[in-house]
Amino acid sequence: MAKAFKPQIVTANDLLMGDVIYLISGGEWSRDHACALVAKTAEEADAMLATASAQQLKIVGPYLAEATLDANGIPGPVHFREAFRTRGPSNYSHGKQAEAAEA
Amino acid sequence: MYDYTDFDSEFVNTRVQEFRGQVARRLDGSMTEDEFKPLRLMNGLYLQLHAYMLRVAIPYGTLNGGQMRQLAMIADKWDKGYGHFTTRQNIQYNWPKLMDVPDMLQALADVSMHAIQTSGNTIRNVTADHFAGAAADEIEDPRPTAELVRQWSTDHPEFQFLPRKFKVAVTGSPNDRAVVKAHDIGLRMVRNDAGEPGYEVIVGGGLGRTPMVGKVLRDYLPKADLLPYLEAVMQVYNLHGRRDNKYKARIKILVHEESLETMQDRVAEVFDRIRGDFVVPQDLIDHIESGFQQPAYKQRDIAPVLDGALRSFIDTNGAAHKNPDYAIVTISLKGIGETPGDATSDQMRVMADLAEQYGHNELRISHEQNVILPHVHRGDLPAVFNALKAAGLATANVGLVSDIIACPGMDYCALATARSIPVAQQISTAFADIDAQRDIGPLKIKISGCINACGHHHVGHIGILGLDRAGVENYQITLGGDGTETATIGERAGPGFAYDEIVPAVERLIEGYLDLRNDAEETFLQAYRRVGLAPFKAALYPEKAEKANAA
Repeated sequence: MAKAFKPQIVTANDLLMGDVIYLISGGEWSRDHACALVAKTAEEADAMLATASAQQLKIVGPYLAEATLDANGIPGPVHFREAFRTRGPSNYSHGKQAEAAEA
Repeated sequence: MYDYTDFDSEFVNTRVQEFRGQVARRLDGSMTEDEFKPLRLMNGLYLQLHAYMLRVAIPYGTLNGGQMRQLAMIADKWDKGYGHFTTRQNIQYNWPKLMDVPDMLQALADVSMHAIQTSGNTIRNVTADHFAGAAADEIEDPRPTAELVRQWSTDHPEFQFLPRKFKVAVTGSPNDRAVVKAHDIGLRMVRNDAGEPGYEVIVGGGLGRTPMVGKVLRDYLPKADLLPYLEAVMQVYNLHGRRDNKYKARIKILVHEESLETMQDRVAEVFDRIRGDFVVPQDLIDHIESGFQQPAYKQRDIAPVLDGALRSFIDTNGAAHKNPDYAIVTISLKGIGETPGDATSDQMRVMADLAEQYGHNELRISHEQNVILPHVHRGDLPAVFNALKAAGLATANVGLVSDIIACPGMDYCALATARSIPVAQQISTAFADIDAQRDIGPLKIKISGCINACGHHHVGHIGILGLDRAGVENYQITLGGDGTETATIGERAGPGFAYDEIVPAVERLIEGYLDLRNDAEETFLQAYRRVGLAPFKAALYPEKAEKANAA
């Protein structure tokens, strides 16, 4: 039996700034993991990754990452690496996400 | 200091212009990321977890005040006001923006610096003893050798696409402070029976996935034969090194799989063939050597050191200079609870000022992620100490438990499997009291956030390796490692520890050591070598020890 599909999001880095970014609806990008578009099937995931990969002039290194969904369907990171990417380094509070939080 | 010739300047400036064009083509879409990536890596630009990272070479760890001040300017103008000094005598900027990088490289070129060959399967930044040119125990300053190797290896057309990266380290002293036995090639200066200086050539050392202590390829190589001999080693590696498996592509695997003797025979054959035609121009050697003359030492009175804090700073952070009126001062970038190897731009400027005012305008970066003032007159030590104290740079912990090497780990690095920096910060905080650290004595803790071992954990007296175990950070401990002339790969102590268990585990280890040492003179490493792993393991895993006792 095929494994049940787990929700995924597409993440990458911004080409110019290097910031961690997430694919949202309309082929746009957000720096907020909670805004990420969620793939609920393998086909959706493939299509989202293709959308992202076509945006060479905006982004670098897109990939799929597994996500949790809370009661409201808001995605959160599964792996600790992805959790660190949402908040920046632990030794200084100056990650770009920290700046975004202050804004 | 080595002064760039017109050729050097033109080469570095041309590379900056070339990269500026490459960035423009990436941004206008005429180059894909797949095409651009190897080009940016050749210029030291990586993409990390949260941002790009620019790795700048500090060849053989040497720079002057003006260069340090420029590094500070770059940190302020294009980064976040600090830089991270690495175990490879590089500085890394963690937050550059792609469009700014050509300007950053230009600013480096303006002070004879660059980021060339700080990535890729090339001969990387040549490293050296950080006390070079100053150490009392030195046979010869290793930096002219390192500079010669740098010039030969930079943009060498045959060695830009090696099977894997290649690291060369040089020490001019029998006491190895440059970890030469953990490099692809280590050069150790020795004298032959006639008293002439030459090199012991060590090959196939390395840490990473398959740690190995280097083996002696040739026990004495005359200085004049250095470049043809290195060229021969590289040709043999380039031809026979494995390219089918990235994890078996380093020269250490070639030496291991095909034997040292085979390597020696092959190198000798190539060396004999190329040696006659391989002439290094004498004026080039003369120009290099002229850049590494002894400073014009000052003659002045030295007042006795009465201040206790200064005395303990000198005891811990000072080292013997070849001129008895002088001292080598190590500036610890390991303030209690701070990030190992990080310096703010203000601190960089203070160090630049001190180098210019009291240090014959010389600075060194150590693989242990500290900064060194190699030439300080003993009469100037109080002034230097006071200035360092005011800048938060006078932590007297060099060689002690809180002088920890830590790679950037998963706080920055895209390859990391766990964090390193916060583990180092917590250990340092747990042992904050300097008197207690001094009581524990010399102890090297080295932390890597993945198997690639940038934090040199295999050669730490206590090594810590951060791994990803089923989606959770887990830390393995190795014990008894040694990165000096008596190089040893540490032994794995047992099962790993969770993130919140690793600092208590280190505390238990150190308590265990204090209980079992013969006296305060017996260091952690000496005690380990005397009693072996078992008692330390019992301290690390007390529950298992109890069970064993109950059974």
